[in-house]
Amino acid sequence: MPLFERLYNFACWLTQDRYEAEDLVQETYAKALKGFSSFQPGTNFRAWIYKILRNAFLTSRTGLKAAATEPLDVEDEAQNLPTVKETPESILLQRADGQLVERALEQLPVAYREVLLLCEVEEMSYQEIAATLSIPIGTVMSRLSRARRALRAEVHKAQGSAAKI
Amino acid sequence: MVCDAWTEKLDAYLDGELPAGEAQALGEHLRGCSACAAESLSRVQQKLALRGAGQRFTPDPAFRARIQKSVAVRKARDWKRLWFPALAGAMALLILGALFVNYNRERRGEQRLLGELADLHVATLASSNPVDVVSTDRHTVKPWFAGKIPFTFNLPELQDSPFTLVGGKVSYLNQAAGAELIFRVRQHQISVFIFQDRAAGSLHAGDAAQTALSFNVRSWSHNGLIYFVIGDASPQDIDKLSELIKSAG
Repeated sequence: MPLFERLYNFACWLTQDRYEAEDLVQETYAKALKGFSSFQPGTNFRAWIYKILRNAFLTSRTGLKAAATEPLDVEDEAQNLPTVKETPESILLQRADGQLVERALEQLPVAYREVLLLCEVEEMSYQEIAATLSIPIGTVMSRLSRARRALRAEVHKAQGSAAKI
Repeated sequence: MVCDAWTEKLDAYLDGELPAGEAQALGEHLRGCSACAAESLSRVQQKLALRGAGQRFTPDPAFRARIQKSVAVRKARDWKRLWFPALAGAMALLILGALFVNYNRERRGEQRLLGELADLHVATLASSNPVDVVSTDRHTVKPWFAGKIPFTFNLPELQDSPFTLVGGKVSYLNQAAGAELIFRVRQHQISVFIFQDRAAGSLHAGDAAQTALSFNVRSWSHNGLIYFVIGDASPQDIDKLSELIKSAG
């Protein structure tokens, strides 16, 4: 089964629930097998199957109508985030605590979480991400940038509360 | 600030998505600017941290086995689903084949029968005694057949037509006795054969115009009798005579 572990990991991050993720992966394979004829050879298989998973997730969460639309408010949400300037200390601290990044990632809105995972974990190109999320490349770049700032802000927030304790 | 323009491109640079020329320029800038280099390092750290943290979940073997099974079942089911269309296709092919063979056999039978009738017609024309009852009067010819063939038939009134009745004789087709009537139109002689339907074997009983050995043939069925009108006259003459005989019932 191609991409099984990766799809499962991505599904877990989207749903944040192992059982739900299992259902999602199962549904993804069922849909992929059923609709394999719709896959055009020569196009990106990885983007195609991630797109199936993501659409199944959106459908399960928000119903069929919302599946084709993107929440727009998330694009503006990070406008007010503070720009975090790194210091050598903050860099070291960040490296020492991978768990902080995990927790910060959990806190992010799904739209940020998925674009970060596709870029950093799945190592997809902007082109592939655009195909998976059905958005233009320009939107991929701006969303990635905001997602990264939001993640940094979350990490700093967590570091701040950890320091207080 | 000059550095803001560079930091905007830093993500694309670190993601390997910056065009080669810009990437080279940014690389040179990073070597000379400690602030941007620190920012770049921080972002690399974040990327690495995210890569590590992002690969957090692994499926348990039971789930993997379950999915593998469902995928295998699905494939098997897909294969099974193909059986019905394949079987239906094979059946349709067999039926078509059988129909074709049957049609060919019927067609061959028909050709053989028409050939035989053409032979009978030619033999009559070649004979020194083409007819056994010589009469242009239908009231003489028709009663002559009584007791000689196992059926009777009607002959048309030919007074206002170009046809003349020459006479008739008993003929045989597939070991069954029937009537052969000779008509004349100008210099052409036309044979009209009348047999019981079963004598014609598998020949279809519908109205049909055909040719056999270049003779024009018209055939039809009526009241358990099958009629063949055959001759070297034009198809129009053959048709006209056929209609006259038909109208006589």
